[in-house]
Amino acid sequence: MTEKTQETHQDAEVHVVKPPIYLAIFLTLLALTALTTGISFIDLGVFNAVIALAIACFKASLVVLFFMHLHYSSRLLKLTVAAGIFTFLLLISLTMTDYISRAWGMF
Amino acid sequence: MDSQSIATTPEELDRSVLPHAHEHPAFLRHHFEDVGQQREAASFGMWVFLLTEVMFFGGLFCAYLIFRNWYHPAFVAGSNTLDIALGTTNTAVLICSSFTMAMAVYSAEIRRRGQLILFLVLTILLGSVFLGIKAVEYHQKYVEHHIPGPSFSIQDFVHPTNPKAIPLAPDMAEKTQLYFFLYFAMTGMHALHMIIGIALLFIMVARASKGAYTEGHVIPVENFGLYWHFVDIVWIFLFPLLYLISRYR
Amino acid sequence: MSTIVSLPDQATAKLPAKSYLNQEYGLMSWLLTGDHKRIAILYMISISFFFVIGGVLAGLIRLELLTPPSDLMATDTYNKVFSMHGIIMVFLFLVPSVPATIGNFLIPLMVGARDLAFPKINLLSWYLYVGGGIFVLSAMVLGGVDTGWTFTTPLSTHYLNTHVVTAAMGIFLAGFSSIFTGLNFIVTVHRMRCPGMTWFRLPLFVWGHYATSIIMILGTPVLAITLVLVALERTMSIGVFDPTKGGDPLLFQHLFWFYSHPAVYIMILPGMAVISEVISTFSRKRVFGYTAVAFSSVAIAVFGFLVWEHHMFIMGVSQYSALVFSLMTMLVAVPSAIKIFNWSMTLYKGSITFETPMLYAFGFIGLFTIGGLTGIFLATLGMDIHLTETYFIVAHFHFVMVGGMLMAYLAGVHFWWPKMTGRMYPEAISKTAAVITFIGFIVTFFPQFLLGYLGMPRRYAAYPADFQVLNVFSTAGASILGIGYMLPMLYLPWSLIYGQIAGNNPWQATGLEWQIQSPPLTENFVEIPIMDHEAYDYEWLANKTQHEVQTVG
Repeated sequence: MTEKTQETHQDAEVHVVKPPIYLAIFLTLLALTALTTGISFIDLGVFNAVIALAIACFKASLVVLFFMHLHYSSRLLKLTVAAGIFTFLLLISLTMTDYISRAWGMF
Repeated sequence: MDSQSIATTPEELDRSVLPHAHEHPAFLRHHFEDVGQQREAASFGMWVFLLTEVMFFGGLFCAYLIFRNWYHPAFVAGSNTLDIALGTTNTAVLICSSFTMAMAVYSAEIRRRGQLILFLVLTILLGSVFLGIKAVEYHQKYVEHHIPGPSFSIQDFVHPTNPKAIPLAPDMAEKTQLYFFLYFAMTGMHALHMIIGIALLFIMVARASKGAYTEGHVIPVENFGLYWHFVDIVWIFLFPLLYLISRYR
Repeated sequence: MSTIVSLPDQATAKLPAKSYLNQEYGLMSWLLTGDHKRIAILYMISISFFFVIGGVLAGLIRLELLTPPSDLMATDTYNKVFSMHGIIMVFLFLVPSVPATIGNFLIPLMVGARDLAFPKINLLSWYLYVGGGIFVLSAMVLGGVDTGWTFTTPLSTHYLNTHVVTAAMGIFLAGFSSIFTGLNFIVTVHRMRCPGMTWFRLPLFVWGHYATSIIMILGTPVLAITLVLVALERTMSIGVFDPTKGGDPLLFQHLFWFYSHPAVYIMILPGMAVISEVISTFSRKRVFGYTAVAFSSVAIAVFGFLVWEHHMFIMGVSQYSALVFSLMTMLVAVPSAIKIFNWSMTLYKGSITFETPMLYAFGFIGLFTIGGLTGIFLATLGMDIHLTETYFIVAHFHFVMVGGMLMAYLAGVHFWWPKMTGRMYPEAISKTAAVITFIGFIVTFFPQFLLGYLGMPRRYAAYPADFQVLNVFSTAGASILGIGYMLPMLYLPWSLIYGQIAGNNPWQATGLEWQIQSPPLTENFVEIPIMDHEAYDYEWLANKTQHEVQTVG
């Protein structure tokens, strides 16, 4: 069993994330929560939704990358997450092709 | 051509029946080659499971997006009846619980049993606080007749008590029912995941106190951590989508 | 007729002393097993059970349609019968058919692992399947469902008073069973391959199942949440799918077909996976264009997610969106055609022999090609308006699912029967069964293309007398088909006791699973193998056999 040609056993050593990183992420998340709540009380038109979602995406990325260790994980896991996001966007965007254009040419 | 590489002879059978894991730790399942493979398989399996969870919530997010675009005024009115103080507090509580969970994983990795149990218990507490606040919010909705179904009332939206709120025409006010249904479906589904998570946490505390996870077998804690953080992420999106629509009104 | 079957000398041959079948005894050793091979057998028994029920319902449908008026059963009974036929056949037979039985049995053997990555989850998936089956059966016993297998809203949510929620619950559970199967396969293929087993040394069977698992993982949860919404809408009258309350029935269609169109590929990709193995073995050639066939599986899985709206062309979706989806639907034909062409090229100048699995494989190629090409008719926007909701579409998807998947399933069951049980099936009668099935199938479903083109709508118990001749053909064909399916159900159990001892490698096939004893050991391999050659390397096999003879002699 000397010949390890597959990618499987490369990253058997697991990266231990240290508490200071967790603490920093934790505090950033709390700050962003306060920020997103605060901004929602200011009238920015369509940008309210855009900013709220941007902050949410940023927060989620922080959680995925550091709390869930994706930053330190193998390419396979990163690809898995990308596949999930891709399919979710596929569901949303292809459904929207119908909803956006359903009324075109009717008025 | 190494044709002997695939053992076909049954004479060698007895060797396979013997425990082939004499130098391996007890938690290594028989069909894995080594701990590294088991750990990677388990963690990859968890991520794939979370993928299905993304798509499970995906259907609800898709419905939300469509109806929010169709009935924006109703969604604004519905959103503004939610208690933003409770919502923000709950977000903070959940983020704290994610932090304690991350620390629990760290404690398991550095093999400190007492610390691990402490952080798991803290996670249970924070999770329960979240569910408690959620229950208070649900109760408010019940009192206000904002739970979709036969008892649903559009009074608050046609004749708002708050002078700053814009009254809705009755047909648009009816559509707030859709908003509240999505609110209950999404937060309910999320709360269900929390309840399952807390139940699992109790089991883990019991096992951790017997030293199950501090002898190098951190996979269950790590995988549960992934699940818990995923539930947190769902909330991170639910919070702005449900609570923060045009709050400035 | 020449044959490649090489069996051990029957006078001296006996089954291996130890195997997964006799490792442990007793009912509980089966019900609590973690062994993927035993779970595969459990699955095989349960899906056969549901296949019989679905088949009887199909027989009732054809019997009713023998005559123009609805005289055998009341129209609402007919609705329930075809709904249950669809639900059982799609969710309880076709979706788990090849993956959960043959795939479950073979994937660890083919990648050189001792078991799937998560044996307990594998067992859980079987229990979920059984739970789902019980819910569906109880819905049937309590009075049935008459929504059709598609649960179309608002019909299912507002207008029907049948057991929609019970059936939906059953499908929800069966769906999670298939998610767990897919999860296990993906992790196993990624993480459990033996040393030397690179991606491009994997048998195409594994590639096909990998692609299937992707769909199971990403598609099924959307169906689950959709059915939850239907159940909530029925019980609490919410209105997400109800236009009178501001909801949109088309949203249901979008979410439902987001799963259910890719699910069509769950129902065909594993079949294609089986065919690749069978065609290669019985033409003694490496599959032509291995890489293309491997990637076409993944391409089908990915494209499968881009085409669902073609089920909704006549439902009032945006015309512009329909244009896009029509084009993308035609794109799916490309990877499917790549497979057909490559199989044909594999046959070209191969040493073809005609054992039963090969006969079924030929049936698959012919019927799937017809089924696939008629799919192009339905992808075409203008044509679709004429043909959709007629018997044309019924014929189309039966050609793909029954002519394709069921043929492939039978090919696979015959092909790996010696490996699973250690015994051969009776060759002469099984060849007869394969031919009968093919003829019966063509007679049953080909007339339905004509019926549909002439305008006979699906899902009605009665039809104008003009259509009777073709319908009589179809019902007659169904009787022949019934005999074709009944034969394996009789001679396969018979062969468990009286079949010839198969030996390790009756087909002289190259896969890892054929290099170990049959039936295999509980742990599959005495020692984890080291893969040092490509898949379908018949020279390697010849060398190995030669080497063995020299050692012995």
